[in-house]
Amino acid sequence: MISIDNKLYIRDIDTYIDPFFPVERAIITHGHADHARAGHKHVLCTPETSEIMKIRYGENCASSFQTIKYGHSVKIGKISVTLYPAAHILGSAQVLLETPKHKIVVTGDYKTILDRHLDPFEVVPCDLLVTEATFGLPIFKFNKPEMEIMRLLDNISKNRENTFLIGAYSLGKAQRIIWLLREAGFSDDIFVHGSMDKLCDFYQSKGIRLGTLRKATLDNKKDFKGKIIVAPPSALKDRWSRRFENITRCYASGWMQVKQRAKQSQIEIPLVISDHSDWNELTNTIKQTGAEKVWITHGREDALKYWCEKNGIQAEPLSLQHRDETIEL
Amino acid sequence: MKAFSNLLSDLILTSSRNRKLSLLEQYFSSTPDPDRGYALAAITGSLSFKNIKASFFKDLIKEKQDEHLFNLSYDYVGDLAETISLLWDQEKGGNMPRLSSLFENLKKAKNDELRNHIINILNISTADQRWAFIKLFTGGLRIGVSSRLVKQALANYGNVDLEEIEKIWHGLHFPYTNMFSWLENKGSKPKISIYDIFHPMMLAHPLVMEKDLAAANPKDFVAEYKWDGIRVQIVSHSEGCRLYSRTGDEVSKSFPEIIKIIQGNFVLDGELLAGINNEPKTFNDLQQRLNKKAPSEKFIKENPCFIKVYDVLFFNGDDLRDKTLIERKKVLNSFFSTNRSPMFLSKTIEFKDWRFLDKIRDISNKQIHEGVMIKSVSSPYIAGRPRGKWFKWKRNPKNVDAIIMYAQRGHGKRSSFYSDYTFGVFNKEKELVPIGKAYSGFTDEELNRLDKFVRSKTINRFGPVREVEKTLVVEIAFDGMSLSNRHKSGIALRFPRFKRIRWDKPTNEVETLEQIRKSFLG
Repeated sequence: MISIDNKLYIRDIDTYIDPFFPVERAIITHGHADHARAGHKHVLCTPETSEIMKIRYGENCASSFQTIKYGHSVKIGKISVTLYPAAHILGSAQVLLETPKHKIVVTGDYKTILDRHLDPFEVVPCDLLVTEATFGLPIFKFNKPEMEIMRLLDNISKNRENTFLIGAYSLGKAQRIIWLLREAGFSDDIFVHGSMDKLCDFYQSKGIRLGTLRKATLDNKKDFKGKIIVAPPSALKDRWSRRFENITRCYASGWMQVKQRAKQSQIEIPLVISDHSDWNELTNTIKQTGAEKVWITHGREDALKYWCEKNGIQAEPLSLQHRDETIEL
Repeated sequence: MKAFSNLLSDLILTSSRNRKLSLLEQYFSSTPDPDRGYALAAITGSLSFKNIKASFFKDLIKEKQDEHLFNLSYDYVGDLAETISLLWDQEKGGNMPRLSSLFENLKKAKNDELRNHIINILNISTADQRWAFIKLFTGGLRIGVSSRLVKQALANYGNVDLEEIEKIWHGLHFPYTNMFSWLENKGSKPKISIYDIFHPMMLAHPLVMEKDLAAANPKDFVAEYKWDGIRVQIVSHSEGCRLYSRTGDEVSKSFPEIIKIIQGNFVLDGELLAGINNEPKTFNDLQQRLNKKAPSEKFIKENPCFIKVYDVLFFNGDDLRDKTLIERKKVLNSFFSTNRSPMFLSKTIEFKDWRFLDKIRDISNKQIHEGVMIKSVSSPYIAGRPRGKWFKWKRNPKNVDAIIMYAQRGHGKRSSFYSDYTFGVFNKEKELVPIGKAYSGFTDEELNRLDKFVRSKTINRFGPVREVEKTLVVEIAFDGMSLSNRHKSGIALRFPRFKRIRWDKPTNEVETLEQIRKSFLG
């Protein structure tokens, strides 16, 4: 028997998945701050995720780490825990909780399209699927990221006088954008915001080629003409950006699918590149896992819940579950 | 169509004026006739399609997409054209037709073919193309491009003065082929009847008394009130009447009741004002009318307008622009010896010396004017802003202290600064109520300090707006105050801007709303 509640607490083994408060035992799907927090006692995750947590929160961010590679299992009590690639960022994992009779999969954040710098997403058949739904509306259908990068490079070649400031999350998105630029043949130095250079080094150490990166410091203002600077989205319009002249603001995110959003945030080049699943990826994954029951978290639950029910699958937003309402399989 | 949809996508996301101009120029130079003419008409809002409404597209998408999912998506996106363009199935590939043939085919299509035709186009296009295509039908591109900006782009493209484009603009015909060939030095300038022409207006310099007129003889000048409305050129001939704004935009459609009545053969220059029987109301009242592109009869009745005329360029076929102002005024005087309502003569002010005018320009109570105009009696009507001919002597600005309440980020170069400020004063209930918004009048250094103030004193956030501690007093300069029931404070300021920042002044020394109303509105 496995029981799990709406805080993703598994009672039988006294373990939480991605808890946002310090706990005794935690399984961490990936290193983003809304999933990985400092202060847990025992953490189970992939080797990459543990390294990322240590870079971000310090060596002692948890009392002990137990790491397992993709496809490997550990047994805790009666339950076997296996981590599978989620292709969201480096080290991101789906969690399979398994007894001989039952299977629960918690996806964490994921995407299913092929992204060659990460291990490919694997569909894990299960009875209960706990899925994210960040882009859970049918308007979200993402183009190939390579096309978006081409559009950016085309723009740069036409506007050599401008400085291209790309907003991208410091962990994962920034490195993916840089990697995509390198894959597209962009060999010029790329400048990065101070908050992401350690994480870029980490990616490079894992064999992901990011080329020559330099810090976006003020040594030489003219240096930035026609250059690409990658910074966290919050820095795009903040005081930090005042050091550059003639800025063209770009933002790499699934949210950029909607022009009105881009316009409101004064983004001139929206790059619709997401590390999350779009509508088709979400619905396909739900179908392929064969889950009878779906819990939806992190995003726009109503549309996906509606879709599930129309397709004969029970679905519930995780937030609506009561604390003590546990599902027992 | 591909180039056109790229252009629209780029334009909507570009905030810099210069970049918009260069995007348009690039488009004009790389797109052949007649497509660029179609695009030009679409952007300036003069391309009209058959009667296909938003509901037509809504019905189409509901056949392809579950209605509930459509509603959830539409709620989220907020823009119909964009929602549909994103929900429609991915492109199937195929040759997207040129803008002109796309348009003509749709025009030719019979009602029963039209539907399939449109479905086919949506099928073969990308999301951006679908968006541009649906925008064309559902009216109002809303891409942040004024027709003046487009004219500027055309002027840059042909390396001619903006004035020349404005002059001939209203006489040009779709799809503008002769204009493009003129701009590319391949043909002569399009010939246009004088009544299709907007004649660039004569403008005044701000007066600096000591420098400009202290030594001049008042007898060589006439004075008039500077009315607080919008400048209009009235072009009337046998086929009807047109009104142009100062920038050459035709505004006739907003004032159907006025152009209907005006008859004759002339080009006049005057001020359009809200009010009735030659009694002007405030600019704020006029603003209501300006906001409506196609006002209803009821709305017109409730918000009547009229024109004060102060100059004449053509009269019964005679070009009077080279005559002196005095001679032109004579023509006007005799024209207005009979009732020409809704046009009235803007009367000149009798005066003996400058000091008298100085007093008059500042009399504020209930006189709806912005100051006085002083014009040389011998001045011909010269387009542009010739030196030493016409002067505007605005009222001295009025000042009021107020407390900063909210701040918002600016645009373009200022997008990292909190540079737009809402300020207010206390009402009877000791409640702070906003009285206006200002974003100019401070130096870069002051802006830096204001920005720091906002960031460190934020107490609340509403989306992009920050509410700040109510501790900072600023002295606001403004040109006029009027009653307004659209604002909680009941007053509206004309052109408010920062005069001084009173870092030291305590907020309890700021005058209350009641006191302010009393001293400025009586």
